[in-house]
Amino acid sequence: MIETDILIIGAGPTGLFTVFEAGLLKLKCHLIDSLPQAGGQCSEIYPKKPIYDIPAYPEILAGDLTDRLMEQIAPFKPGFTLGESAVTVDKQDDGSFIVTTNRGTKHKAPIVAIAGGLGVFEPRKPPVENLSNYEDKGVEYIIKDPEFYRGKDVVISGGGDSALDWAYFLANGVANKVSLVHRRNSFRGHLDSVQKVMDMADSGKLNLITEAEVVGINGDDNLKEVVIKHKTQGEIILPTDHWVPLFGLSPKLGPIADWGLNISKNSIEVDTFDYSTNIEGIYAIGDVNTYPGKLKLILCGFHEATLMVQSAFARIHPDKKNVLKYTTVNGVSGF
Amino acid sequence: MDNIITVTVIDREGVAHELEAPTDMNMNMMEVCKSYELPVEGTCGGMAMCASCHMYVESDTVLPEKQDAEEDMLDEAFFVDDEKSRLGCQLHITPELNNLVVKLAPVGE
Repeated sequence: MIETDILIIGAGPTGLFTVFEAGLLKLKCHLIDSLPQAGGQCSEIYPKKPIYDIPAYPEILAGDLTDRLMEQIAPFKPGFTLGESAVTVDKQDDGSFIVTTNRGTKHKAPIVAIAGGLGVFEPRKPPVENLSNYEDKGVEYIIKDPEFYRGKDVVISGGGDSALDWAYFLANGVANKVSLVHRRNSFRGHLDSVQKVMDMADSGKLNLITEAEVVGINGDDNLKEVVIKHKTQGEIILPTDHWVPLFGLSPKLGPIADWGLNISKNSIEVDTFDYSTNIEGIYAIGDVNTYPGKLKLILCGFHEATLMVQSAFARIHPDKKNVLKYTTVNGVSGF
Repeated sequence: MDNIITVTVIDREGVAHELEAPTDMNMNMMEVCKSYELPVEGTCGGMAMCASCHMYVESDTVLPEKQDAEEDMLDEAFFVDDEKSRLGCQLHITPELNNLVVKLAPVGE
C-alpha cells in the first residue's frame, strides 16, 4: 500500500505543480497516470508545440514545460504510479481514501486531487459494426506480446509509426501473413520505417493494401475475415485471424465518472472556493473540472492547484495554524 | 454585419444547424462548432494533432489546400473521404467560407 498526504490522479502540468504547492506546506504527494511518462497531454500529444501563455515564458515547448515542472518539484520527492489508471475509490472509516488502479496497485491518502485532464488515454476504436463482439476474439487495439501472433494471419490498420513498425516486425518471420491496410499511398511514419515496409511489400513478404480501409468484420465466435473497401477495386474480403486497428489514442473520463461525483458535460463540478467536489476530501483541478467561467488553460490549473492545497492542509491538519509563505523569504526546502 | 459569415453544420443525427461565425476572431470551424455546443471534441485544442474534429465538406466552397499535418492526422480519423474530409480546426473562418456546409464525421466509441 502506497501512503501519502495528497494522492494526485493525473500527472499533467496541473498535477505536477500541485506537488510544489503542497510541498511548501510540507504535504507529500503521489501521482497516478495512465501514460508511461509524466506530462499528460503536453508530453503525449504535443511535446514539440510551443506554448505562449505561461507567465514569464514568452514561448516554451510543451515538453520543456514538463521537464521544468519535474525539476521544480524534485525537492519534494513525489512518488509516481505510471502506466496505470485509477479505477476505484473507497472511503475508509477514518475519512481517508484507498484508490486502486487497473493493475491492483493500492494508494491511501486523506486527500484525493483529481487532475485528470480529459481523462485516460485509450486506443481509438474504429466505428465498425460488431466491433465489441470480437474484442479479444481477434480484434486487439494494442500489441502486447508479438509472440501471440506467431503463425497467424494478421491485418493491421493505420499509417503511423506503430502500424508500420508492428507490420514490419510481425512480417519478419513471426506471423504467417501480415496485411497492412492504409487509406493513402503515403505514410506519416518515420521515413526509415516507411522504407522498410515498402521494401517488404516489394519482396512479397507483406501484403500492403493502400487507398483502402477496413469497413466491416465477420466471424463466428472468433474473427474470421475483414471487409476492406478499396478506392478503385471496391470491396475486398480478407480472411484473417486478427485485426489490429492502430489509430492512436484519445482521452476518456473513464471510471472516475462512476465515483459518485457531480459530473456535467464530462467534467467534474467544483466549488471555486477551494475546488472541492461534492465528496469531502476529493478535489478536482485543471481541465477535468468545471465551474461558471471555467477556462481550460494550464495557468488556470496552476491557480486552482494552489488554492486547493490550502484547503487540503486545513483538512489534514485542522488544528495547525498556517500562513501563506513566500518562497522569496524562506526559499524551498524539500523533504 | 460584414464580419459575420453563415455556415451550416449537419450533426450526426442529420440535423442542419445554421451558424453565424465571426471572421475577425481568428476562429476555425472546430471552435465555431464548440461555441454552439455541437458535439465536436477538439481534444488537442486545434493543433491538427488529434483528428477529433473530422468533418465532411458538403458544399462546393473553395477551401485552402490541406497541409501535411492535416493529411497526416486524417490517418487517425475514421471513414475518411478523400474528396470531402477535413479537420475543422484547419478551416479558418474567412469571408470565403460564407455559406460553407459541413457534416460531422462519425466518431468511434
